[in-house]
Amino acid sequence: MVRICAKSVLWLSVVTGIVFALGGCKPASRPGASNSSGDIPVGVYLSFTGSTATFGESTFKGIQLATEEINAQGGINGRKIALHKEDDRSDAQEARSAVTKLIQRDGVVAVLGEVASSRSLAAAPICQENKIPMISPSSTNPQVTQVGDYIFRVCFIDPFQGAVMAKFAAETLKVKRVAVLTDVKNDYSVGLAKYFKETFTKLGGQIVAEKSYSEGDPDFRAQLTAIKAANPEAIFVPGYYSEVGTIARQARELGIRVPFLGGDGWDSPKLVEGAGNALEGSYFSNHYSHESTDPAVQRFVAKFKQRFNGEVPDALAALGYDAANILFDAIRRAGSTDPTKIRDALAQTKDFPGVTGRITIDADRNAVKPAVILQIRGKEFKYVQTIQP
Amino acid sequence: MSRRQFWLWRLISVGAALAALLGANVLIISLRSTGWLDDYTYRVIMLCGINILLAVSLNLINGITGQFSIGHAGFQGVGAYTSAAFTVFVVSPWMRERGLQGTPTGDSALLIAGIIAGAVCASLAGLFVGIPSLRLRGDYLAIATLGFGEIIRVTILNIEQVGGARGFYGIPLLTTFFWLYLAVIVLLALSRNLLVSTQGLAFLAVRDDEIAAEAVGVYSTRIKVIAFVTGACFAGIAGALYAHFDGYLNPDNFRLDQSIIILTMVVLGGQGSITGSVLSAVLLTAVLEWLRFLPTITVGGRAFSPSELRMVFFSLMLILLMLWRQTGLLGRREFGWHVVRQYWRLLRT
Repeated sequence: MVRICAKSVLWLSVVTGIVFALGGCKPASRPGASNSSGDIPVGVYLSFTGSTATFGESTFKGIQLATEEINAQGGINGRKIALHKEDDRSDAQEARSAVTKLIQRDGVVAVLGEVASSRSLAAAPICQENKIPMISPSSTNPQVTQVGDYIFRVCFIDPFQGAVMAKFAAETLKVKRVAVLTDVKNDYSVGLAKYFKETFTKLGGQIVAEKSYSEGDPDFRAQLTAIKAANPEAIFVPGYYSEVGTIARQARELGIRVPFLGGDGWDSPKLVEGAGNALEGSYFSNHYSHESTDPAVQRFVAKFKQRFNGEVPDALAALGYDAANILFDAIRRAGSTDPTKIRDALAQTKDFPGVTGRITIDADRNAVKPAVILQIRGKEFKYVQTIQP
Repeated sequence: MSRRQFWLWRLISVGAALAALLGANVLIISLRSTGWLDDYTYRVIMLCGINILLAVSLNLINGITGQFSIGHAGFQGVGAYTSAAFTVFVVSPWMRERGLQGTPTGDSALLIAGIIAGAVCASLAGLFVGIPSLRLRGDYLAIATLGFGEIIRVTILNIEQVGGARGFYGIPLLTTFFWLYLAVIVLLALSRNLLVSTQGLAFLAVRDDEIAAEAVGVYSTRIKVIAFVTGACFAGIAGALYAHFDGYLNPDNFRLDQSIIILTMVVLGGQGSITGSVLSAVLLTAVLEWLRFLPTITVGGRAFSPSELRMVFFSLMLILLMLWRQTGLLGRREFGWHVVRQYWRLLRT
């Protein structure tokens, strides 16, 4: 009898567990979206845990700061912003669950997220299907906004970065002969290289060598020897920081003295750790520099430091801040919390003064905005100049 | 029981299962159309189904045959990618030429074609991995399967046609409640029937004592390969259904973490217990989502949202459950009519 009692207790607890679990998912009529008073629900889905947890944390701080500012000013048209945030564990499947929950249960009028293009691509079709505008702060893959007319982004796309670096090399560095070393398996790297080559040759430059490598390769000496033989004035390596450091070190060992050029994939403190002083004086393009002399940037950096214990905002935080502010601006201009009207207002965003530059949304719902060029000096990334689109 | 009686009962149970499935299908469709069941709950129900398939098929390998495999996500990945590639690149263009696309019959045919492709490829993968590596035992087998899972992921990462690291998108959304749970019922029936058959006894013998089993004439490698191929086949089906449910695949979905999650479901449910695997698959899927709904608590003027610590609670729950029941929720027992009957008798006395 005691055994049976223990058994029934077990079963009861298991059954209640399931009932609770499913009960938590009880249907509710979509709140918020149809209301015309009360807080405006805005969804945020980011990776707060998992392999890219730092991406989510950084971006959310920017979004949080923007929201606190607008709420301190009394909100939009008298209504405050209520953020609903969901974690996606750095996983595409979870990203879809998180966005479905935000739209169906929290009744959000718009969604902010994700950083990684793969997760933005996974969740975007759900926003599109439910006709809820989604703004990705920092997914640079061109395909993300091609999902549909409700998907926006506030960062530039990969092709633009390639063009920016070409412009910088031709016009500022005034080099004529450049070698390109691409990570062939990486969409990002291939995209940057393609547009770099196009723009650079259009500006009168010459690509003297084109070599490739694959992520995870330990040795690049064969490619570098060939590049050295072509005698370039600079080497464009649009890869991720993990390989760039090794490439630079091996190049210096082979006696290559020219500067390296790269994209935002270089943006990591680990870059200098891997390269030692091999990248000293090299340049890369990025979304923003906290050293920019723009007063808007300085104001943002000061506020951010004050709010988060002296922490210096990185590019992701700045993009999160801009994404949230562009959304709030669109809600204000729409004069309504109807998702379709917000979408229309977003599409008309023009010359928005963001901390990552003046942002205009083009017909493909991508941001047209400047990029900054940074130079590596010691362990610091120093601001060099801003390049307009 | 005479032969005729046996087949009569078999017919009745198959009919009852199908009737229950059709009933549930009609219920789900009508609830969704009236708005009682929103997309979110529906998504959780569907993910439960996919996880049941994965857990029960791994249970066939780990629980019933006693082989420690941690490469199940690899088979799921093979099934998902091959079926998606098959429907997107082969069947869809063929059907578009003939104007069959978009019709309910066309969609179902497309899905079935995809499922078959995924199941066949995953089974072949199971066979290729199984034959050389199943001569290994215990930890060595675990390492071999782990390696296999990684090989699959890295291979997919390097195939440009299916999107590589960016992911594979634009897969038609075909998976419906009916087809998913039909697969679940088929797998449950297969596992259950295996356990009560002579063949099944050989599986259990291999699990309990491989040397003794060999001594009485059980060809253990053959049994292990059969278990491996069947498990891989259903993981492939789960992958195919998942691909056509989410419409987006990423190689990261099939990394080691996913294999570990499936393994957790099997261990938590009780290794060897089919209903245990079902129970824990549903429990883990639903609880992870339910933890998103924990209410915000205000402590001393500071709002604290416990759902931010969702993964902490989840892990804590797993630890407590394993401390409370080392053998898993159901141990090696099954939940079935006999339990209901027992309770009924208990209630009457």
